[in-house]
Amino acid sequence: MSAADKQDAPQSALARFFDSDLWWSFTHSPVVMLAALVTVVIIFSAVFAPWVAPYNPFDLAQLDLMDSLKPPAWLEGGDPRYLLGTDDQGRDIFSTILYGARISLLVGFLSVIVAMLIGVTVGLIAGYAGGLTDTILMRIADIQLTFPAILIALLVDGVMRGLLPGSHENLAIFVLVLAIALSSWVQYARTVRSSTLVERTREYVQAAQVIGLPAPLILVRHILPNVLGPVLVIATIQLALAIIIEATLSFLGVGVPPTSPSLGTLIRIGNDYLFSGEWWITVFPGLGLIILVLAVNLLGDWLRDALNPKLR
Amino acid sequence: MTEAQDTPALLDIRGLKVEFPSRRGVLVAARDVDLSLQAGEILGVVGESGAGKSTIAYAIMGLIEPPGRMAAGEIRLKGERIDGLPREKMRKIRGKRIGMIFQDPLTSLDPLQTVEAQLVETMRTHLPISESEARARAVELLGQVGIPNPAERVKNYPHQFSGGMRQRVVIALAISCEPEVLLADEPTTALDVSIQAQILDLLRKLVRDKGMGMIIITHDMGVIAEVTDRVAVMYRSRMVETGPSEKILTHPDHPYSRSLIAAVPPADHRIERFPLVEYIEKAGDEQAKLDLSTHWLGQARDFGSHEETLLKVEDLTMRFMTRPSLIPSRRRYMTAVDHVSFAIRNGEVFGLVGESGSGKSTVARLICGIHKPLSGRIHFAGEELTAFTSRRAANHLRRQMQMIFQDPYSSLNPRMKVRDIVAEPIRFHKLASSNAQVRRIVSDLLDHVGLGASAALRYPHEFSGGQRQRISIARALATRPRFLICDEPTSALDVSIQAQILNLLKDLQEELGLTMLFISHDLPVIRQMCDRVGVMQHGKLLEVAETESLFTSPRTDYTRHLLKLMPRMKRAA
Repeated sequence: MSAADKQDAPQSALARFFDSDLWWSFTHSPVVMLAALVTVVIIFSAVFAPWVAPYNPFDLAQLDLMDSLKPPAWLEGGDPRYLLGTDDQGRDIFSTILYGARISLLVGFLSVIVAMLIGVTVGLIAGYAGGLTDTILMRIADIQLTFPAILIALLVDGVMRGLLPGSHENLAIFVLVLAIALSSWVQYARTVRSSTLVERTREYVQAAQVIGLPAPLILVRHILPNVLGPVLVIATIQLALAIIIEATLSFLGVGVPPTSPSLGTLIRIGNDYLFSGEWWITVFPGLGLIILVLAVNLLGDWLRDALNPKLR
Repeated sequence: MTEAQDTPALLDIRGLKVEFPSRRGVLVAARDVDLSLQAGEILGVVGESGAGKSTIAYAIMGLIEPPGRMAAGEIRLKGERIDGLPREKMRKIRGKRIGMIFQDPLTSLDPLQTVEAQLVETMRTHLPISESEARARAVELLGQVGIPNPAERVKNYPHQFSGGMRQRVVIALAISCEPEVLLADEPTTALDVSIQAQILDLLRKLVRDKGMGMIIITHDMGVIAEVTDRVAVMYRSRMVETGPSEKILTHPDHPYSRSLIAAVPPADHRIERFPLVEYIEKAGDEQAKLDLSTHWLGQARDFGSHEETLLKVEDLTMRFMTRPSLIPSRRRYMTAVDHVSFAIRNGEVFGLVGESGSGKSTVARLICGIHKPLSGRIHFAGEELTAFTSRRAANHLRRQMQMIFQDPYSSLNPRMKVRDIVAEPIRFHKLASSNAQVRRIVSDLLDHVGLGASAALRYPHEFSGGQRQRISIARALATRPRFLICDEPTSALDVSIQAQILNLLKDLQEELGLTMLFISHDLPVIRQMCDRVGVMQHGKLLEVAETESLFTSPRTDYTRHLLKLMPRMKRAA
């Protein structure tokens, strides 16, 4: 009748994963596999940029102003050494994209992790405690939602500059992470809260109460693992969103400084040259950003659809 | 099949096979099903969950969800073949010539439309009548299904009706176009016994009056005994036996039918044990008697106090807020438990019986501390539980009482392995000295509730409902409790599994000398399990009596009423 009758030995975790519907739907969707491949390649080459990139664009010794503003290699006047051309300071565009993606991904991952920590904790507490605690936490979340990310970023940026004058360049990334996390934790909090409301009425939670487990233990050991599914989906989609927000902020100049540019900074730098004909300086970082975000988004959408029937 | 063949049967199914292809192979939900239904006849299809009963109804209606498909066989309505008809033609048959009643009256009505709108729409889709005629008929229909004040109630929305009334509305919808065949899929399963009896009466009357044929699909032998003329028994997608209800209920031929009927708890006398039904699910081997003096479960059972009364509940009252508000005067409350007092003696099984909403489950949750009472006292083993201010202070007493829950699908954490589920209370209360000992105790417990020790490494979803309930029992035993609360422990299970679980609980109770609070809406089960019984209604405890005297000489009208409605099966001597 049940699967337990058919299989005698319990499967290992890995075997169970390869036998799961999730893996099955992954291997049966070419688009998703392509998106996963692209994401992995971009993450890999960004993380290992110093080894993958042909040049280190920030090593002044390697720069030669004679090479500045060269078009992509296949165009007239292109230089085969610079595949995607160079910018105004003679930096190889391909290499700057890899180094830039590194910053973008770092900010993206860090802000997602911070937002997840805040959101999941708030959601669990609000959902489990209920009553006044719930009301207060959720109203804070509502207020939070009325501030756009850019406003928060400017606010955090300003406060940080005031508190720690002179060290802004080093802190820029953390300011960004904090700003993006503060503007996106509400998503997690709301989802986790509503799943917690459902889970806490289930009898396994009551069974844990009858055993005598204290509330924090019930939350962490019993409820948390059961509300994590949707959180992973949001995290994937939020990763793409965080990268976009970071690019937006950097484009507007409140993000990372030009000395260690992210994709958004690169697009801003290239923007100045767009109308003088050097389109490649801004278009290729833009394309890189689009491909990265699209791939991550596709993965997130697929994960949501694949997990959805099991969210119950 | 020996019906006269000169006129075609109302509904005739031959060699039906329904299959659902999936990536793990083809699941055959029904095979070789032969059925025929005459006008004015009520045919019961009985079987346990997953046997393929509902599949038959969906096949008749042409509602099998793709990728599922009817792989073989034919279905004829008055001799005319209706399977494989184009969607448009089938739509004309559904509702018009075949009506269907679903299990859950809440989800089968549109919450945004009045009952009148739904009835009128259905009739005008299928019948050539005007709006005003349809409206008049809607009122008439509601009257026919026994809804008081039909002219007014017709303007109401579904949520304004109670569960039983809502099911009557669903029936009114199903019969609104005077169908020739009525399919009822577990029509009373979601309802209380008193309402079940009324609905069954109504269905029987409608079939007789209108000369319809009805197929009633149910897992409940009591329903079969009440209304059906003939029964078909399904087992694992096959129809194993068909015949007149009288004969199947008393002298079934097929061994499965025999074991199924043997597993139904008798209402009129108490039996020692349920006969073991090896036909259905491996019931677990008969356990060797435990020697409590050496076994882990027997250790530290000396709880100190050995007074006559283990649990005493005094004047317990509890209310739920039904409308929360910041302003106290705007809050609304529902009193779930209303000044309830009773006492449970050491070593006895005390039953609480009542219909849904009577507050019996709330009493259980108050006793084990999930809810806090508004007022009243609970004494356990000589100490007042309600006097403890912190959970931790009462932990030594909480350990001695454990609970088994109703729904085996939600009472186990799906993300934990069975081993960790059972080990959690042992670890938390530090009942074992080493990890190795914990593991040994867990496999011992699993073994004792009739699951192999290999179950420990699996996740709950790999088990059937009955097996999950055994895991629940193992977890409850893991704290070495002296008091076990069973809240409807078998109402989500099939009868054969119910018999096994009840046997297991009986054995454990005897071996370990457990005291039990056994909550159920099912009177025959109560009769089999309990020494004394309390009857609850609307949060009040109406009477408490020895089980046998409650069944033979009930003192209150409500108890008499409940007893009268209890489905009774005639049995072979």
